[in-house]
Amino acid sequence: MTNHPIFTDNDPQKETITLNLGPTHPATHGVFQNVLEMDGERIVSGVSTIGYIHRAFEKIAEHRPFYQITPLTDRMNYCSSPINNMGWHMTVEKLLGIETPKRVDYLRVIVMELARISDHLICNGILGVDTGAFTGFLYLMEEREHIYEIYEEICGARLTTNIGRIGGFERDFNDIAFAKIKNFLVKFPPILKEFEVLFNRNRIFIERTSGVAPVDPETALNYSWSGPILRATGVDYDVRVNEPYSSYQDFDFDIPVGTSGDVYDRYIVRNEEMWQSLRIIEQALQKIEKEPKGVFHANVPEFYLPPKEEVYNNMEALIYHFKIVMGEIDTPKTEVYHAVEGGNGELGFYLVNDGGRSPYRLHFRRPSFINYQMYAPMSAGMLLSDAIINMSSLNVIAGELDA
Amino acid sequence: MSEVKIVEAPPGIEGSGFFATSMDKVVGLARSHSLWPLPFATSCCGIEFMATMGSHYDFARFGSERPSFSPRQADLLMVMGTIAKKMGPVLKQVYLQMAEPRWVIAVGACASSGGIFDTYSVMQGIDEIIPVDVYVPGCPPRPEAIIDGFNKIQELVKNESLRRRESVEYKELLGRYGIQ
Amino acid sequence: MGKISNQQVIQSLTLKFGDRISVPNEPFGLLTLETSVDHISEVLRFLKEDKELKFNYLTDITGIHFPEQKLSIGVIYHLHSLSNNVRVRIKVFLDGNAPNIPTATTLWEGANWMERETFDFFGIIFDGHPNLIRILNVDDMTVFPMRREHPLEDPNRVDKKDYFFGR
Repeated sequence: MTNHPIFTDNDPQKETITLNLGPTHPATHGVFQNVLEMDGERIVSGVSTIGYIHRAFEKIAEHRPFYQITPLTDRMNYCSSPINNMGWHMTVEKLLGIETPKRVDYLRVIVMELARISDHLICNGILGVDTGAFTGFLYLMEEREHIYEIYEEICGARLTTNIGRIGGFERDFNDIAFAKIKNFLVKFPPILKEFEVLFNRNRIFIERTSGVAPVDPETALNYSWSGPILRATGVDYDVRVNEPYSSYQDFDFDIPVGTSGDVYDRYIVRNEEMWQSLRIIEQALQKIEKEPKGVFHANVPEFYLPPKEEVYNNMEALIYHFKIVMGEIDTPKTEVYHAVEGGNGELGFYLVNDGGRSPYRLHFRRPSFINYQMYAPMSAGMLLSDAIINMSSLNVIAGELDA
Repeated sequence: MSEVKIVEAPPGIEGSGFFATSMDKVVGLARSHSLWPLPFATSCCGIEFMATMGSHYDFARFGSERPSFSPRQADLLMVMGTIAKKMGPVLKQVYLQMAEPRWVIAVGACASSGGIFDTYSVMQGIDEIIPVDVYVPGCPPRPEAIIDGFNKIQELVKNESLRRRESVEYKELLGRYGIQ
Repeated sequence: MGKISNQQVIQSLTLKFGDRISVPNEPFGLLTLETSVDHISEVLRFLKEDKELKFNYLTDITGIHFPEQKLSIGVIYHLHSLSNNVRVRIKVFLDGNAPNIPTATTLWEGANWMERETFDFFGIIFDGHPNLIRILNVDDMTVFPMRREHPLEDPNRVDKKDYFFGR
């Protein structure tokens, strides 16, 4: 830490101030540090330091069997943890050649879209707080509580959900869960509309956010941006459409695309994505009605744990249970890359398998990490308050940044 | 009558126009119902804290209406989330900048003991560098659990003697962490 | 779903590079090829700037360590052509004692932090990188933690006894 710019700056004749926007932020963005050279209120240059919450996920993953890596993936983007879980399960299913039944795909789509709504709610709410409007955030947090209740009904946990298993889900969605989802689809749109009324045409909000940090598409692609911030610049790259996974091709939804890539466009893109997610969830509920009932996992006894009653009574189930838990099942010795559309962009899993119990190498392509590297060059020349809004509109989640 | 519950007065002698009790009971009562927390939120537990502060679980009704982000003005350091070895010196500096009396609550498994991250880069519990008063287990703990931990801190604050911060045991405790 | 197929990419590449790249294969439909450290810059530049292939999006750069192989440390690039919807994976294996490879930051700015992360974890030196210092780990760390010989747990921790954790 001692050769960090904040300690080596000791020239008394310098005209700029060194400001440490340090790891402990007010307003919950996460732990990353920016040391900024300021000329009055304007930023001249900045240096980003990350790694304050580096938990070595990739190293841990080399020492855990496949089903134990799911709780690790939860804690990467913890605002939308089901998307990480599903992405990991789909990677392993791609490796093992497991095909999930349609009903499982549709249930997964419902959970992933709820997680996407949850992530965008936090981002837009915090953007409001950073411009000074606290009330909208409180209303949205209440809606997130309803999403948490749906998760609890499905898997038992609120935040770090560990939803699903390799091959499907651990239990079927019961009637209460479906009732809660339908209730959410009725109760949430008016609240979102009220939030829009507060913000979308609000003169103060528009003046604070419109024209701040515009990005053109070539620069964004050069920096490997993805997700809502890339779509705000005008590039319509969405993994759900380019390489559909989990039966997304059966759904009818639009991709909102912005024009100038500034903070207001990013806000509007996220807002519109929430409406599209609601559309997808409605379609998924209708499609599930048509599928055979009670199917909640693929028929892969080698990788999906049998129910406990069978394990105690049936010899084959006992053997499968033993083999799965001890990791005695053969897996292909190859490599696979699978990407899903996370809340922030393309979340990729690169898995190199050597046939053992745990992966040989697992690498997470984390969108927050790759999106954030443009922040320091982008903030040169901006006013400090604009830089803060820029940071919160990038939706950098610290757990995903450092992994 | 209003539905708001008011705290019981401590035992004392009452008369017309005066109420006599011991100083540390009054100070403890006042302090415990007006703790200003410093939310040191690093990861997932920080999001559960945001849910606790929201209107559903309303943390502000316990007197923490103003979460202070400046250590000089805070009473309670709530460490929520994993503390990596890179973050350790920062946490220690924030703790040192807090003024006495100060309390620390370790929210979540990662802050208490390193959690599921038994790796080379994660500090196995913040009590390696600062003294902790209350540990709240969970990964992440439910908002009710965070409020329960906060209530235990309130009990500690209410019953703390006014001389504790100058006592020999307290100085020894700080000495073990290398804090003067 | 792509506008050009993996076959066309293979044809263009073998036409231009011939035996400087390995025979490509396609695990799970993702075209994978291997090349050597002398040719990697040309291969990347060709893939990015070719008018038909247009691999203008760098998805990821990462590293891998195979201690038993002679060229033990590998760098793996994932590229994506957004307009043609094709992905390609390029692997380069380097000598474990002196892992040097030219940087990709001249082609894509986004490679900056990806290469810093790979350096931090494996010790691979990217020649020409503007600022190759550690990014995620503590600055004064001397070892490269993702190499296979480095243990997962911190050996100096006092409260967890390895005996009870099965190690």
